[in-house]
Amino acid sequence: MSSWGIVLAALGYLALLFFIAYKADRRADAGRSVINSPSVYALSLAVYCTTWTYYGSVGRAATSGINFLPVYLGPTLLFTLGGVVLQKIIRVVKANRITSIADFIASRYGKSHLIGGLVTVIAVIGIVPYIALQLKAVSSSFDLLARYPLLIPPLRDGSLSFLTDSALYVALALAAFTIVFGTRHLDATERHEGMVAAIAAESLVKLLAFLAVGIYVTYGIHNGFADVFNQARGEALLDALRVNRDSAASYGGWFSLTLLAMLAALLLPRQFQITVIENVNEDHLRRAMWMFPAYLFAINIFVLPITFSGVMEFGLGLDTDTFVLTLPMAHHLPWLALLVFLGGLAAATGMVIVETIALSTMVCNDLVMPVLLRLRPQWLQAKQDLTGLLLNIRRGAIVLILLLGYLYFRLAGEAYALVAIGLISFAAVVQFGPVLLGGLYWKGGTRPGALAGLIAGFGVWTYTLLLPSFAKSGWLSETFLTQGPWQIALLRPQQLLGLTGLDEITHCLIWSMLANMGAYIAVSLLRMPNAIEAEQAIRFVDNKQSLRPGNLRASAADLLPLASRFLGADKANEAFTRYAQERGVGDIEALPADADLTYFAETLLAGAIGSASARVMIATVTEEGAPVGIDEVLHILDEASQIRAYSHQLEEQSKDLERASLELRAANERLQELDRLKDDFISTVTHELRTPLTAIRAFAEILHSDPKADIEDRKRFLGIILVETERLSRLINQILDLAKLESGSGGWRIGPLDISDAVHAAINAISQLAQDKRVALEEALHGPFPIIQADGDRLIQVLINLLSNAVKFVPAETGRIKVEAFVSDKEIRVAVADNGPGIRPEDQEIIFEKFRQGGGNILTGKPEGTGLGLPISRQIVTHFGGRLWVESQLGQGATFFFTLPRTAEETAG
Amino acid sequence: MNPRILIVDDEPNIVVSLEYLMKKEGFQVAVAVDGEEALVKIATFKPDLVLLDVMMPKKSGYEVCQEIRANPEQAGIKVMMLTAKGRDTEVAKGLALGADAYVTKPFSTKELVAQVKAMLAA
Repeated sequence: MSSWGIVLAALGYLALLFFIAYKADRRADAGRSVINSPSVYALSLAVYCTTWTYYGSVGRAATSGINFLPVYLGPTLLFTLGGVVLQKIIRVVKANRITSIADFIASRYGKSHLIGGLVTVIAVIGIVPYIALQLKAVSSSFDLLARYPLLIPPLRDGSLSFLTDSALYVALALAAFTIVFGTRHLDATERHEGMVAAIAAESLVKLLAFLAVGIYVTYGIHNGFADVFNQARGEALLDALRVNRDSAASYGGWFSLTLLAMLAALLLPRQFQITVIENVNEDHLRRAMWMFPAYLFAINIFVLPITFSGVMEFGLGLDTDTFVLTLPMAHHLPWLALLVFLGGLAAATGMVIVETIALSTMVCNDLVMPVLLRLRPQWLQAKQDLTGLLLNIRRGAIVLILLLGYLYFRLAGEAYALVAIGLISFAAVVQFGPVLLGGLYWKGGTRPGALAGLIAGFGVWTYTLLLPSFAKSGWLSETFLTQGPWQIALLRPQQLLGLTGLDEITHCLIWSMLANMGAYIAVSLLRMPNAIEAEQAIRFVDNKQSLRPGNLRASAADLLPLASRFLGADKANEAFTRYAQERGVGDIEALPADADLTYFAETLLAGAIGSASARVMIATVTEEGAPVGIDEVLHILDEASQIRAYSHQLEEQSKDLERASLELRAANERLQELDRLKDDFISTVTHELRTPLTAIRAFAEILHSDPKADIEDRKRFLGIILVETERLSRLINQILDLAKLESGSGGWRIGPLDISDAVHAAINAISQLAQDKRVALEEALHGPFPIIQADGDRLIQVLINLLSNAVKFVPAETGRIKVEAFVSDKEIRVAVADNGPGIRPEDQEIIFEKFRQGGGNILTGKPEGTGLGLPISRQIVTHFGGRLWVESQLGQGATFFFTLPRTAEETAG
Repeated sequence: MNPRILIVDDEPNIVVSLEYLMKKEGFQVAVAVDGEEALVKIATFKPDLVLLDVMMPKKSGYEVCQEIRANPEQAGIKVMMLTAKGRDTEVAKGLALGADAYVTKPFSTKELVAQVKAMLAA
């Protein structure tokens, strides 16, 4: 038969399938769902029967007798007896909007991304051999049929290049078909109406094709069942069916295979997809409970006749897995052979489509997106529409999974019969059993427990089944199997710890389930379930669906950090502490994780970010309500970061404002202080000016209005007017002088100066005054003095001021004033000492303030002067970098000192 | 009997002018140069009117005025405050402390004398 004819027939079949799916999708969109039928549901469940059933059952029956049957007894038992479990799973899945088995398990243990990812990885690795099996079946049946009428399959060895390997093309074709089929559009509920309809149709095709062969063999080649079995007994073939100590099938193997198949019928990703996710109506389960087992019965009824007929026809020399195809070929029925090939193709495509769609959904939702969400949130955030990305991730996953299947096929495919490969996959997925079923009925399971169970079970499976499958294919050394790693016999992967006498599947099942369940239970018991785990346990175990908004539960340990993120740690702590006190609980840790607490936290958050966002954020802690979608989370992240950025900005602004207002207040205070000083100054100046003016005006008026006043009075009054006028002009001059000094525009005339010249000049100026009061004036200059750069007139002004003050305060006759000058390394120091009344310590600094004269309390009457002399002198000395101060003891005179630094020294000399 | 006037000021030349003006009017005059002396003279001299400067050593005019008003025996004494501090707040303070008049320096001699006479007549 020409290859192209077969390819065309296959393509025609696939086109038909696509047409069915397309129609079903259209009708579903129009609201007339074709899959809303219990029969379609039951038929679609038959995706369980892959090429493994189609070709492999006969092969397994030929090699191990009745042992082909447990693979179908398991699902039969599951559906007839386990309806309650299935129903519960379906309800939980619908209530929680779960999208895959990975999602189910992850969700049960607190929506853990880690668990979701782990389940996905286990599923992909576990299923890859199974997909390899489909590739092997399709490609070998194709190769066989292409050689019709010859019955010899092409020899497969390592020399076969990839390009001429039909399995590679099968893999690529299936990938393309699945991509077109399953990832045309994105469905939020992960339900695929068209796919389910097509799968149901495929189930009919493979059943009809298998029945056709069975009927032909039983009634065409032989004369009914009785004839086949009689002939078989004659050839002593029936012995193979017996189960006893010597037979290939054993009781232990029988039990473990039944259990394995029972669990696999639920836990295989494609079975979970079809049975649970794609279920549109829980009532459909009722028909499936008898119809699916009936289907399994029907597809198996001719297995033994075909096996016996094949063995009698070809012996055991020919590949027993191909009897279904080779019998019609041997009897020259090409059309029946083509039908068989198409039936096998139906079995393979059905499995590959559903399996890869389920796996790609898991890879996308539970593996890639969480990683992207964690590693590249900005990048995701920037994308407007994520559906394209999601679809592409799934498409990539489909291609990858099929290529992995092909790789496994090339590596290990030849070493194994179909049935053995399928069982490896079965054993992998049953690792989900304890955590899934345990999570459904035991509230004590925790996330670490689930992780430990999965890792332990998967580890044992890898060691006892996967690695040996590589070893048997020669990819690993054979000694790994026969002597164990590092030649440690106890570690032999298929006789682990010396457990012998079992087939490899049973051996793996015992050890992996022991490790899996042991780790799951033991680790779970290490601690109490936390808030999310407890909450999810209630939802899964009790299947409580009536959890309303406001009925969420989370612990303070979960809620407080959340609140802190939005409110700040201090505020959040304060609010929680207050709430704990209101509840009469000692501290925050003691708050019960109940609805009230959660509601409190929600309202607290709502105040900061609005009630809708608060609800979703609370849901991220409680894992309550509608599951939070990726884009929702992104949206919230975006919103929250904006809010935080905004509030940060506000904080900054308010800090700036605060700072500015503080500065303003300080400046204002300074201004007010200056204002007050200015006011005081003006007030004082006014007072000082008005006082002489008062006397002048009074006497001017007296003289003016009383021309007859006697001459002595007139002279006296005019004298007073003159003195007060001088006082007034002196005062005005000094005020202007001080203002000039203070403003810094002193009009300095700097020149070389010997301090002794200045002292002489000052003494000359004051000597008349001293003589008038008969005061002794001495000088003691300890020169020679360095020439400095200074304003000589100003320094003379300082000296005159100090000397005239001294003259003013010393007693007449006995007064003594001494001027001394010293020079040191650093400075020139001048001292003006008197034997006057002295200055009280508290006044010694005050006298340098403007208009604050000392001594008023010592002498009767006010001292003469303006009260500006010392302030002006200090201003001048300070200008040259020196200091002016007084040392005095009351009653023992006073000494005024000033210094001039030598830095102003003229180096030129 | 001629009215008795106490002049209180620490500026000698202003005291001279006031003394001259008051004596010319025929009043009996006494002088104090600071607040403490003023209080002593008030008790001994028993003036009818005090011309009181504000800015003085030892005790300010405000304090002196306050003590006069606190003493019932001196209730009849008229107080005229004379000061170079002429701001509204200071005027108000002086009147609040019981001064009968408040005159800012430099003053008009005619008006001062007229006001003193008016106060003594009242």
